[in-house]
Formats: sequence, C-alpha cells, structure tokens
Amino acid sequence: MPDSEKALDAEKQEVALSEGTELTRDRVTFLPRSDIYETNDALVLLMDIPGAKEEDIDITLEKNILTVHALVEPKEPENYALALQEYEIGDYQRSFRLSNEIDQDRIEASYRHGVLRLVLPKAEAAKAKKISIKAE
Amino acid sequence: MYYRRYRAPSIWQEVERLQREMNRLLESFQPRRVQPAPSFPAMNLWVSDEGIVVTAEVPGIKPEDIDVSVVNDLLTISGERLPEQVGEEVRYHRRERGCGKFARSIQLPFAVDANKVEASFENGVITINLPRKEEEKPKKIKVVAK
Repeated sequence: MPDSEKALDAEKQEVALSEGTELTRDRVTFLPRSDIYETNDALVLLMDIPGAKEEDIDITLEKNILTVHALVEPKEPENYALALQEYEIGDYQRSFRLSNEIDQDRIEASYRHGVLRLVLPKAEAAKAKKISIKAE
Repeated sequence: MYYRRYRAPSIWQEVERLQREMNRLLESFQPRRVQPAPSFPAMNLWVSDEGIVVTAEVPGIKPEDIDVSVVNDLLTISGERLPEQVGEEVRYHRRERGCGKFARSIQLPFAVDANKVEASFENGVITINLPRKEEEKPKKIKVVAK
C-alpha cells in the first residue's frame, strides 16, 4: 500500500547488479530508500542518502531515466577501533524511469539532513487536464 | 493437435537457478560483515582508551527531534522521524521511507563521563563522542627488565 506510512527500518539494501557487471569502485553500493509522489504539477522524489556531501551527489536525467548516484567517503575516528558494526558505509545509486514528460530545465534539487529532495515539474503538455462529464 | 505456445525453461536454466540457490544457502552460513541492528537506528561503535564514538545514520530527522542520554554505561538514543508534509491532492507512487518514533539503548563497554558527552549532526549522520572517565582510564605499566 503506497499510501500508508511505513515503520522505521534499520537495514540497508544493497544494489543488485545484473550478471557479469561489476562496480568500478570496490565498495558496497546501496539502494537508497525513496518516496515518490505526484502532485498536479510535479513529481516529487525523496531519497535517504545519509553521510553524503552535497557536492558528491550526482543527478542525471537522460531519456526519461533519472539516476541518482552519491559517493560517500567513510569517516573513521582516528585512533579508534571498530567494536560493533551494525551498518556499512557505502555509495548510493538508484535509477527511475519517469513516465511523465518532465520539464528538464526546471528540476530543483535540495539536500538536507541526509535527504535528497527532487522536484520534477511536469511539462505543460503533460499536465493533467480535468475533463468534466456533462450530465445529459 | 496440441500446440505449445510457451517455451518451457530449458534444463540448463533450471540448473543455473539451482546453483544460485545453493550458493546463497552456503553464504548464509558464513560470518557476516555486519551485525544486523535489532531496531532503528543502526549504530557503529568505536572504542579507544580515551573513550567511545558512536555513529548512527538518521536521515530526515532534525537535530531537535533526537534525544541522546547517558546513564553510567547505558547510551539511549530516541526521537521521531516525522512524515513528510504533503498537500491533499497527492498520489504516492512509492513509499519506502519509514517514519515514527524510535528509541534504542546500547550498553557501552565501560562507563563514560556523562558531562563531557558531545553529539554532532552532519548530513543525516549523528556522531556521539563519549570520553572515558578520567579515573577509569587504563594506566600504562612499564615493564622493567632486570
């Protein structure tokens, strides 16, 4: 049910690679948890990418495929030894195929508290036109 | 005449699938790199003679919505992730990001100085620095050769 709220989840999901494909960076890559919702004039995407720096987030839109790729540099406190590890630090990557026509020039992206927010305005032609049915 | 419309999976595809299943099964016996967190948030704990550093990924939570408390050697992180405020006329395509209240306590390997605990917040990651009590720091004992 996409409309109901989900409970908090502690585990991260790794990116599934197609067979025969490898990542160039020898690092785990995670699938960021995402919310996508549609309003009358835009598609809004929220993505959890904790630990990434703003400048290391790469967003591309090519032929309706939106890809978000974030590089995360692990920060380790100096002279400390890891005693318990419940999560791994790795990159994030995820792609979505957008069904609507998006106005590419007006895409807005912001990153705050580890959440990337993308507002993808619909192109004028793709905006829903309400057609009212006349009762006869 | 019986006409077969769909191709049945070939025997080799079946064997390959079986092999993948077996590999997956064997992998599950190997020790994991990560210990699964019992509840949100997952934490990493770093230890030295000087103290402990705890980090946790808490994306989408404002620093004021998170509480950190320390009693002797028990660290508690609690808070709430609020749902995104959206208007009335929205249609969700996908909803994977959870929200709600959370609280988690973790037993530290030694008692820390609660007055000197510091927590910082950066890009959705909380880092808690817990220095060890001065009187409990391990003392180096010199071995004298005779």
